[in-house]
Amino acid sequence: MVKEQIKTENLNLWFGSNHVLKDVNLTIYEKKITAMIGPSGCGKSTLLRCFNRMNDLIDSTKIKGQVLLHDEDIYAPSAQVTQIRTRIGMVFQKPNPFPKSIYNNVAYGLAIQGKHSKHEISQRVEQSLKDAWLWDEVKDRLHESAFSLSGGQQQRLCIARALANNPEVLLLDEPTSALDPQSTAKIEELCVNLKNQVTILIVTHNIAQAGRISDYTAFMYLGELVEFGPSDQLFTVPKDSRTEAYLTGAFG
Amino acid sequence: MISYKDKLFKGITYVASLFVIVFLFGIIYSIFREGLPLFNVVSIKEFLTSTEWYPTHAEPEFGIYTLLLGSFYVTLGALLIAIPLGLGSAIFISEVASPKLREIAKPVIELLASIPSVVYGLFGMAFLAPLLREWLDLQTGLNIFSSSIILGMMVVPIIASMSEDAISTVPKSLREASFALGATKWETITRVVLPAAKSGIIGSVLLGFGRAIGETMVVLMVSGGSAQIPKSIFDSVRPMTSTIAAEMGETVIGDLHYQSLFAISIVLFIITFITNLITELVFLKRSSR
Repeated sequence: MVKEQIKTENLNLWFGSNHVLKDVNLTIYEKKITAMIGPSGCGKSTLLRCFNRMNDLIDSTKIKGQVLLHDEDIYAPSAQVTQIRTRIGMVFQKPNPFPKSIYNNVAYGLAIQGKHSKHEISQRVEQSLKDAWLWDEVKDRLHESAFSLSGGQQQRLCIARALANNPEVLLLDEPTSALDPQSTAKIEELCVNLKNQVTILIVTHNIAQAGRISDYTAFMYLGELVEFGPSDQLFTVPKDSRTEAYLTGAFG
Repeated sequence: MISYKDKLFKGITYVASLFVIVFLFGIIYSIFREGLPLFNVVSIKEFLTSTEWYPTHAEPEFGIYTLLLGSFYVTLGALLIAIPLGLGSAIFISEVASPKLREIAKPVIELLASIPSVVYGLFGMAFLAPLLREWLDLQTGLNIFSSSIILGMMVVPIIASMSEDAISTVPKSLREASFALGATKWETITRVVLPAAKSGIIGSVLLGFGRAIGETMVVLMVSGGSAQIPKSIFDSVRPMTSTIAAEMGETVIGDLHYQSLFAISIVLFIITFITNLITELVFLKRSSR
């Protein structure tokens, strides 16, 4: 039996007067990979950024409706945004390691919480790097700059950095669009491996990627959630004509 | 035709830059030529470490230790004031202020840099010094403290403007990464943004140091001018720059006093040269990363 992880209820979002998300009702299931696909500008990245309240950083944002993490409204006045962001981690389109050592990049989230011992942090750093399949490549140079890593390694470092907070959900915003095919394949495999420990939501432009790794897929178009379902169904027998048109490459 | 104009243009820029370089070396050559002969009479060690500065006595003494200290204290004081104010304004402008406020605040701070130093000096002499003397019940308001405040205000726009540039070039993606890991705005600024802008900030402080230690008019007017080892920040001092400016008119060309003022300018030149060199290295390191 699959459990619900995140649920949106009539979620609407505006940037100024621009209505970006329209009545989105979406359920994300626990320990599954959900892919969000759709043409550029359809609102999939904006929706992803609703889940860890990154849109708060844009002044003109207005949100209506609810985003429930289990049963907790993350936009409730009592919700602590920093705490939500430790529970829902995020990896961005371009690898964005801090100009710090490899070790300090991964330790960052724990260090700012200020409640972990040095020993605890070093254990979490090691575990996170192992979980992100980076440990063997960096264990002898943890204190070198993160910029000494290749693009693919940097992106896995960003995944390790997010995992160090022990999040329930990992949001991936087109995580492989800046990477070469080999690094992409490695990160896809990694995602499939990680779903035992964390719920994954991935925005991707790459339909084939969504098909390869996701359990569920959401298709978005012009700010609406057009179709959502198990990936094997959505990809083989889409219910909505717009989904079918997008999947067959009629637009995109 | 085009190649002829090209050549002409090349020639003009070449001559222009050559002229600047010749001028620079001319200055360096002349201060060393006029200043170095002093060390035939006074040893470098005595010159730098003796506290006796009596260049016009029958048996003159040329020890610039008190003048060095004077320069050092007012510069240090200026930086102690200018670093928190300048860096604080830089952080406010780039991270806290609304875009509208930013458009106003930055030019206003930079306006501070356009005030002539003699005007700063007048302000310090006529308003700040009497005020401090009254409030703090001092013998004189012309001292390290008041010079540091005025010099500090002159250095603030350098540190604020350059640090702000450095801070706002830190990519947005790094801030997002920090926020996404659960950091607050303050944590993001202190742990990610400032470290990433570190070299630019250090560069601005070094430039501010160079500005403060070379500034002449303000210290000439506000520092009080007594060549002594100060016992508190409310004592008067006589920095190197104001010594040169105040005494040059009394000298006879080529005499020991004349030479000693050039020797002081050699010391100033070496200090600012090293500071600039370090600044260049700091920036070079940043741009090559």
